[in-house]
Amino acid sequence: MQTALARELCEEFLEDVYALPHGEKLKQCLQCGTCSASCPSSAAMEFGPREIIASLRAGMLDRVLNAKTVWLCVSCYSCSVRCPAGIPLTDVMYELKRLEVDKGLAKDAPGETMAHAFAETVDRYGRNAETTLLRKYFLRTNPLHALAQIPLAIRLFVRGRLEILPRKIKGLDSLHKMLAAIEENGRR
Amino acid sequence: MITTASPACRYGYYPGCSLMATNRAYDISTRSVARELEVELVELDDWNCCGATAYLPVREKRAFVLSARNLALAEQNGRELATVCNACYVVLRKTNKYMAEDSHLRDDIRQALQAGGMDYSGNVRVRHFLEILVNDIGEARIKARVERALSGWKVACYCGCQLSRPFDDLDHPEYPQLMERLVGWLGAEVVPFPLAAKCCGGMAMTTHPETGQVLTGKILKVAKQRGADCVATACPLCQINLEAYQDKVGRAVGAPCEIPVLYFTQLIGIAFGLPPAALALADNLTPLEPLLGEKVTS
Ligand code: SF4
Ligand code: SF4
Ligand code: SF4
Ligand code: SF4
Repeated sequence: MQTALARELCEEFLEDVYALPHGEKLKQCLQCGTCSASCPSSAAMEFGPREIIASLRAGMLDRVLNAKTVWLCVSCYSCSVRCPAGIPLTDVMYELKRLEVDKGLAKDAPGETMAHAFAETVDRYGRNAETTLLRKYFLRTNPLHALAQIPLAIRLFVRGRLEILPRKIKGLDSLHKMLAAIEENGRR
Repeated sequence: MITTASPACRYGYYPGCSLMATNRAYDISTRSVARELEVELVELDDWNCCGATAYLPVREKRAFVLSARNLALAEQNGRELATVCNACYVVLRKTNKYMAEDSHLRDDIRQALQAGGMDYSGNVRVRHFLEILVNDIGEARIKARVERALSGWKVACYCGCQLSRPFDDLDHPEYPQLMERLVGWLGAEVVPFPLAAKCCGGMAMTTHPETGQVLTGKILKVAKQRGADCVATACPLCQINLEAYQDKVGRAVGAPCEIPVLYFTQLIGIAFGLPPAALALADNLTPLEPLLGEKVTS
């Protein structure tokens, strides 16, 4: 599908990428494939970072968003440090994830569920605690999978390594004011 | 009276959320080692989560504000901020860098901080404790403190990805050396370990277990193949991934993956002759008895 609307969305998205620090370098991609070859997750991706860039440049944002690729990115920065054109690919992947979050396109992606559970916990307490995070995550994905975590939870518990709730920071009000102040500026 | 000039040995300290419970052994051993080396770590008062890798895909600027609040706290009493979590290290440094490079972003973030009664002018240097030990404290001071050299220990030094990526100004981005040098000073034998900066999969262990298990499995498998009898880590999430799922990842890669995993700070503490409780060795999920030749109790 190559509708005018999809094309327009893609161009809009590319403008956002160019606005990232060093984002303009995306225009200089050589299609050498170094990034995909360096990516620890590429075996599990439908297609790797090189093809993402090719698709974006061809105006095929929808192809990228439909593929199970962006949420498999683990932010290891291998592609970014190896790219001969200096393209901040990890940041491009983050921007794609944010686009999916924004447009509500990533609803079943486990990575997205995790990211949201994380952000909510931090927003609420100012800190994160693994127990809260994983409880939210498994409730929203597959609660049965939580059962598989019980043996590990017990091993951690007997060692005193489980914290049931995050400790709220004292400056939570002031933190909330800061987050409210930044919110006004779009997706980034 | 003239006292010997002591090099800059006071640092702000940002432990990060993981170190509050799940990885408290990392916090405990870090503080113990610092104390022994007369390095003062001053914990930031009322720090918040840095946002890690998981907040960035939701909102970037909010993530930067979370980090910037910590940098603002650090700026209130010093210029140097130490962390032991690779993710915290990268996110805090990245916030610094992007604030310096992008004046619009800087203005937005500062305005947000001011709305909450704080400010940050950009003068804090973010550092990983590992690099502080190697570059600031140095070989002589560390060797001088070794009481029980780790002779006969074969260590695979696993740095993880974000310690030298994307910021590769302090170590090689793919074949990092800092941890190997440090572990060598403790008298241990460092096994050649080409996977030192390969990713363990991070959160994929939970969100995409098939992928995470293979990535972690390769690291443990190769460490064993290279003859290591333990793996040293420098990141709380790496530690959990490497120590907690060894049976599953062994099945995923079809090779034995059981091997003791310790924080590099615990390794230092053992070489310094510190008691197990000062390093919280009883917290570790992998058995350390084969290495220590004694039972670990807290
Ligand atoms: S490594 Fe860089 S230049 Fe090569 S294909 Fe990937 S993004 Fe393009
Ligand atoms: S940062 Fe993401 S896309 Fe790049 S190599 Fe790592 S996992 Fe792959
Ligand atoms: S990266 Fe992990 S440890 Fe660091 S502050 Fe954030 S949640 Fe906490
Ligand atoms: S190796 Fe894994 S846990 Fe460690 S820094 Fe990289 S992604 Fe994070």
